[in-house]
Amino acid sequence: MCCGFCGRWGAMNWLTEFYNQNSTIINFIGLNAILGLSLYITLSAGLLSLANAGFMGIGAYTGALLTIHQHWPLWGSLLAGGLMAALLALPLGLPVLRLRGVFLAIATIGFGEVVRLFFINWSFAGGALGIVGVPQETRWWHIYLVLLALLFFFWRLRRSRMGYALEAIRQDEPAARTMGINTTFYKVLTFVLGAFIAGVAGVLQAHLRFIVDPGDYGFARAVDILVYAVVGGMNIFIGPLLGAGLITVLPEVLRHMKSWGIQPGPDRQLINGVVLLLVILFLPRGIVSLFDWRPGRRPRWPLFRRAETRASRT
Amino acid sequence: MAEQQIVNGLFLGSIYALFAVGYTLVFGILDILNLAHQAVFMIGAFVALELVLYEHWNIFPALVAAMLAGGALGVLLYYVAFKPLRRRPDTYFSGLISSLAMATIFEAIALRVWGARTSRFPLNTFPDRSYQIGNASVTLLQIVILVVSLLLMLGLQLMVRRSRLGKGMRAVAENERAARILGVDVERVIIVSFLISSALGAAAGVLYGLSFNSVSPDMGRSVELKGLSIIVLGGMGSIPGAVLGGFLLGITEVASVAQLGSSKRDAIAFIVLFVILLIRPRGLLGRATVREV
Repeated sequence: MCCGFCGRWGAMNWLTEFYNQNSTIINFIGLNAILGLSLYITLSAGLLSLANAGFMGIGAYTGALLTIHQHWPLWGSLLAGGLMAALLALPLGLPVLRLRGVFLAIATIGFGEVVRLFFINWSFAGGALGIVGVPQETRWWHIYLVLLALLFFFWRLRRSRMGYALEAIRQDEPAARTMGINTTFYKVLTFVLGAFIAGVAGVLQAHLRFIVDPGDYGFARAVDILVYAVVGGMNIFIGPLLGAGLITVLPEVLRHMKSWGIQPGPDRQLINGVVLLLVILFLPRGIVSLFDWRPGRRPRWPLFRRAETRASRT
Repeated sequence: MAEQQIVNGLFLGSIYALFAVGYTLVFGILDILNLAHQAVFMIGAFVALELVLYEHWNIFPALVAAMLAGGALGVLLYYVAFKPLRRRPDTYFSGLISSLAMATIFEAIALRVWGARTSRFPLNTFPDRSYQIGNASVTLLQIVILVVSLLLMLGLQLMVRRSRLGKGMRAVAENERAARILGVDVERVIIVSFLISSALGAAAGVLYGLSFNSVSPDMGRSVELKGLSIIVLGGMGSIPGAVLGGFLLGITEVASVAQLGSSKRDAIAFIVLFVILLIRPRGLLGRATVREV
């Protein structure tokens, strides 16, 4: 089990120990951060999508079925799961994203519900029981490799043409359109990219947990994903990482508070709701804004549509 | 057979319409989608159930009590989730998130108080009587539900069209700032709208719980999708549109369940929604406004 280094380096030993004790939570922090980022990209164009739980489910089913029936390697399933989700996002996003933002929220709530119903009634994939016995192929470094790639992508995105376009769309869509930005194109692109990332997260999750449970990709999951992205802070890509870490660790901390009358199971939802509400009311830029140490920057309360933009300062 | 389906569709549609009217009322006035509406619907059903089951109330006073509780929840919702955001430039966006948070909180509370299982009204809640109209048979419950929801919607329509408060509502919906300048008490109009919207949502919850005789913390989920489809179908913010859309969806759903089987039932609403967004996004009775500033 242990490699030769452990004996010589205590730190390594300690790390292995730490991982063995907390592997579940370490894996889920990474996974939830990926999910948070899948929504972050849509949010960064000022769009609220509640379909990412559904896309995650599509990815999970696609990946699990390919692995079980076609014996695909994990990377193949990952790619296929992401592409499948993106493929389904395109026809959903195209007609809806021409319209006002509120229609996306409506259409994605509907889509999530339909995806859930479809999986429950899909007897080939186990119906309401889901798929059992997915080979456990996901290792922690698969998750963190994907996460690292995403973080690099989002870091590069900020100063790119597309990054500026998204920033402009978020702050004032009609103005962005007037400046010649193809707003519909970018909105559809972010929506499809978000679906792809959520699909990949779904494949990773399916191969981590042995089972694919259709009840796992419903409304509660959609709210979870929103909480990761919003609580961390939706203006910068570190936000979802922070939010996922905090919200994933929170139930573990609360487990030690049972004597206070807190039940970790049913109250998780309550805590999620309360945290989400408090953050959107009092800390709209997320907990990231607490760490905004740069001099000369006062806290900026309104989230979007500020006159001062990153683009105009460069 | 066809008559029976129309009767069932009208009756189901009246509940949907009652639910959707609440959605559309708040959207029409504030331009905000209240995603906690479905949670108020669910809590309304539970309040009535509790009163009938444990306090042995008659169903009609219980319905009124549920509406009052729903209305109170609506006002609470406004003060907690919407009012603090009103000055922000991104009200619509953060309003979606805060109302979603409130829906999650309400649902978690219901889960804790009443448990995840499906609760039922006692058997003698309503006299089990049915009548024959032509080739269709109608239960007394169906007639009462249809009449109650039609009366409530008619009352709302009269209020919005005829009363001074209704005039204020229409004025705020048209242009909030202008209404304020002309002396409309905007704050009061908004609070009353939330109150009425949520009371109607709670009433719809009670009627829905009665007609399917099942009340559970997640009962709002599938109805939420239907309500959203209906307001898009009818035109966002249009009350007559929501009523029309509700009945259309009810009848479509009943007819398609007869044709395709009940597992497809909940997908119908989504298909309707998608087709409308594709071919006529402003809905049947909606106005083609270019707002977006």
